[in-house]
Amino acid sequence: MIETEDLVEAPPQNPVEPYLRTDRLPHIWCPGCGIGTSLNCFVRALIESKEDLDRLAVVSGIGCSGRVAGYVAFDSFHTTHGRAVPFATGLKLANPALKVVVYSGDGDLFAIGGNHIIHAARRNVDIKVICVNNFLYAMTGGQSGPTTPPSSITTTSPYGGFEPAFNLPHLMDAAGAVYVARWTTFHVRQLTRAMIEILHKPGFCFIEVLSPCPTLYERRNKLGDGLDTMKYYKEKSKIRHGAPTSEVALDKRGEIIVGKFVDRNRPEYLELMRAQHRAQLGDRFVEAPACLCD
Amino acid sequence: MRADPRGVLTGVHFMDGDHACCEGALAAGARFAAGYPITPSTEVVERFAARIPTIGGVFIQMEDELAASIAILGAVWAGAKAFTVTSGPGFSLMMEHVGLAVMTETPCVIVNVQRGGPSTGLPTLPAQGDMMQARWGSHGDYEIIALSPNSPQECFDLTVRAFNLAEKYRTPVMFMMDEVVGHMTEKVVIPPAEEIEVYPRRYTRKSPGEYKPFEPCEDLVPEMVRAGTGYRFHITGVTHDERGYPLINPEAQDKLVRRLKEKIRRAAGELAFYEEEGTDAADVIVVSYGITSRVAQRAIDLARAKGIRVGKLRLITIWPFPDEKIRELARRTGAFVVPELNLGQIVREVERAAAGAARTYAVPHAGGTVHRPEQILSVIEEAAR
Ligand SMILES: Cc1ncc(C[n+]2csc(CCOP(=O)(O)OP(=O)(O)O)c2C)c(N)n1
Ligand code: SF4
Repeated sequence: MIETEDLVEAPPQNPVEPYLRTDRLPHIWCPGCGIGTSLNCFVRALIESKEDLDRLAVVSGIGCSGRVAGYVAFDSFHTTHGRAVPFATGLKLANPALKVVVYSGDGDLFAIGGNHIIHAARRNVDIKVICVNNFLYAMTGGQSGPTTPPSSITTTSPYGGFEPAFNLPHLMDAAGAVYVARWTTFHVRQLTRAMIEILHKPGFCFIEVLSPCPTLYERRNKLGDGLDTMKYYKEKSKIRHGAPTSEVALDKRGEIIVGKFVDRNRPEYLELMRAQHRAQLGDRFVEAPACLCD
Repeated sequence: MRADPRGVLTGVHFMDGDHACCEGALAAGARFAAGYPITPSTEVVERFAARIPTIGGVFIQMEDELAASIAILGAVWAGAKAFTVTSGPGFSLMMEHVGLAVMTETPCVIVNVQRGGPSTGLPTLPAQGDMMQARWGSHGDYEIIALSPNSPQECFDLTVRAFNLAEKYRTPVMFMMDEVVGHMTEKVVIPPAEEIEVYPRRYTRKSPGEYKPFEPCEDLVPEMVRAGTGYRFHITGVTHDERGYPLINPEAQDKLVRRLKEKIRRAAGELAFYEEEGTDAADVIVVSYGITSRVAQRAIDLARAKGIRVGKLRLITIWPFPDEKIRELARRTGAFVVPELNLGQIVREVERAAAGAARTYAVPHAGGTVHRPEQILSVIEEAAR
């Protein structure tokens, strides 16, 4: 007897699915949201990079973007608001064999977590930071933050914002990141490539991903839906690799400079620590074991 | 399990409490510490920074105490035993991660060498004003373990114990020192490694398919894994189910929070460490902890010389509060006298546990120095009347 199921052809599986906690789907993200697009790029980058995924750890703070850690089928840590970077620092330093990726939002990483991220960049801790920048605090209903372009309407800037915004690549460059890039969720191929690059590059690496939040940012600012934002990204983005980061600041609907701005080499934290201790302590120096769990 | 000899500085030392605490952590197996300088606690991490490159491990001075208190949690999930050290203002900043550690059942030790507060208070002078903060400082409903040493020797011994309890119950443990104990120098005997018992991490033997990160064992404590070993687990500070997946509803909250509290509460008996002397026929029992217990000893001696029958209960475990012990003593004594370097914190617990079966007298002190024995003596005399 033929089982009816045998006759129904299974739909082709999405190649990223095995890397997601499909038992947690549907996800919380709105239609047109860019976070899922960025995650899709990330998983494809992981597949292409041939990383040992058992040694990958994804760390998020709190926010819509911070939910990424909950959906990826790797060792994943959903921490506190703003503190993903210092958690990741502890994780990495205690077991350098781990590949540690921080995936979080602009408010999480640069408002409440701003102090941590500049210090991690300064130390050149070997972690990879992917920052989804949707220009506001989405999870809490659309308040303004340190990346909100002036004149934007948010729930806490009902008459339009007036605070100047951070230029994130410039900040990360100045703090010492060895890799700094910006892409948008329109640039999926370039974004995926950049993610592969940082997975292979030692040291503190940073990618800013501009991402629509149609529900809160675009709608309140009458900038259309997710698709309109993609059109904006397409029309107004200019690829300028190596652009001085001081020249890549964003405004509300102006030109977007994207590309890889910084790619340099600097010894990473543990390398510096070991060299200094070995030089000073000589025979008394005992190298930390490969994992502090040993 | 026996201590790793690399971390054990076996011998007889003349050492202050802060340094002894650091040696205790090393003996217990701590190979990661993150800190941010603050008087009077800094000597603990200064010593760790000097010692750890000769043992094998990492010290990192973070940008603030929020960072320090979560860096250690990251290190623990990577497999390390880890701790951080602070005093009042830094302790306040760490509170959010006390909650994260409770919620994610991350074993770690947080040392607070107490100074006078509120705020910057008395940066260089002692107090015991953070005893309630240790219990209640993070938001939400939880239980905690807190120990209080009264000598450099105990700073060593009890730091080892603090790490062991953290592992056994998968909880942050507060190590509540004070400035005097931290800076007091006395003989500290560090035994050979084979005489130091170390509680190993409760790693699961289950396969990745079978393992659930928050499925409790019989003692309500779940087994652990560490990152990078193929379990592909998820940890969150959000209310979660046994798989560690967020679950935001009253039932999940009730189940999780009750278990987190109950795993400590039901162990309160075996967690109740104290020193008791002369309580059998005592009219008055002095209940004290930390440096105050040493001043109280003098007051007890003076009272006994005057013919007053005084007993002593020195609390080593502050949280969970040893209700049972106080209840038992309340049945056979007339009064408790509770000196402490605050204006009345643990005395409330004594009064609550005594539940009217014995009178309770506070001997408050705002901190900055220790009591004069006569202050305590006069309250003992009043209580004995
Ligand atoms: C200590 C603390 N303060 C505030 C909050 C509330 N909160 C949750 S998410 C969030 C902002 C998130 O913004 P962002 O990082 O930009 O992420 P998005 O939601 O936009 O992806 C805030 C303020 C919190 N969880 N913890
Ligand atoms: S609120 Fe904005 S950021 Fe959050 S899921 Fe919806 S679209 Fe995405």
